[in-house]
Amino acid sequence: MKFGVKIMPREVILDTQGRAVEQTLKGQSFRLDSCRVGKFVEIDVPAATEAEGRDMVKKMADFVLYNPLIEVYEIQRLG
Amino acid sequence: MKIGVTRFPGTNCDHDIWSFVEARGHQPRWLWHQDRFNPREIDAVLVPGGFSYGDYLRCGALAAKSPVMNDVRALAAAGKPVLGICNGFQILCESGLLPGVLVRNKSRRFIDEWAELQVEQPNPHFGRGHQTGARLRLPIAHGEGCFLTTAEEMKRLRGEGQIWLKYVNNPNGSLEDIAGVTNDKRNVAGLMPHPERALYDWMGGLDGGDFL
Repeated sequence: MKFGVKIMPREVILDTQGRAVEQTLKGQSFRLDSCRVGKFVEIDVPAATEAEGRDMVKKMADFVLYNPLIEVYEIQRLG
Repeated sequence: MKIGVTRFPGTNCDHDIWSFVEARGHQPRWLWHQDRFNPREIDAVLVPGGFSYGDYLRCGALAAKSPVMNDVRALAAAGKPVLGICNGFQILCESGLLPGVLVRNKSRRFIDEWAELQVEQPNPHFGRGHQTGARLRLPIAHGEGCFLTTAEEMKRLRGEGQIWLKYVNNPNGSLEDIAGVTNDKRNVAGLMPHPERALYDWMGGLDGGDFL
C-alpha cells in the first residue's frame, strides 16, 4: 500500500529554495504571489488496512522524515 | 584517554580530528557508522564535520539514526563527553543529544572564513581553560550553520547556562549569535567552528588547541 509524506518548511522558517524558485519565475514574467518548496516521500508498506499503513508511515515520519522544529508534514494515501 | 571518532559516508574532517586527538596525547579509535561499539571501552567521542550521507533529507538527519549513534547515546547517558564539530554538531542536534537545529545560513551562501567567538559558559570537558567572556578566533566553513530553536527552549538554554559559545559578528543568522551549545549536563557539546583547524601558527591560529 503506497503513501506519500508531504513535508513543508514551517511558515516562520526562511524557505531558501522557495524564494530562489519564486525569484526565477518572477524574473521570467510568470505571475505568482508566492512559491514554497518542500519534499515528497513515497513509501510502499506491507499493510492490510489503510489505518495500519498510515500508522506505519507516521512512525517513520516521526522517526526521521521531518524535524518538528522546522517542518510540518501530512500523509496522503496514493493510488 | 581513548577517544572514538565517528565516520559516516561523507565525513571529511575525520583525519584532522584523528591528528588533533593524537597531538593532544590521546588514543583515537575509528567508530564506523554501521558498527556498534562498547561505550565502556571508550572515554569520549568526537563527531567530525563533513557532509554525512551527502546531507540527504536534512543535514545530519540520517547519520543521527545510524547504528553507531545508539552507542554514542549510551556513552553520553553514562556522562562521558561527546563533542560534535560542524556537521557533527548538526548530527548531535538531529539525534536529540543537543537542543535545536542548524538550518541554511541567512545569506544563503556557504561561508568559509575566520570567526571571532566569545565564551559564554566555559565547558568542563572541551576548552577547560576558557574563562567566561574570553575571545577566540576559529575558522568556520558551513552552508547550514544558522542555529534555531523555539522561544521556550531558548529561555531554558539561557537559564541552564547551555549557551557555550557566541559569534562576536554573527555570520549566519544564528539565534542570539549562538555558535555552540551543550546539553543540560554539559557533557555533550557542539559547535559550528573548527577547533581542529587552528592548532599551529601555520594554520593561522592556535585557539583550537585548548578544546581537547
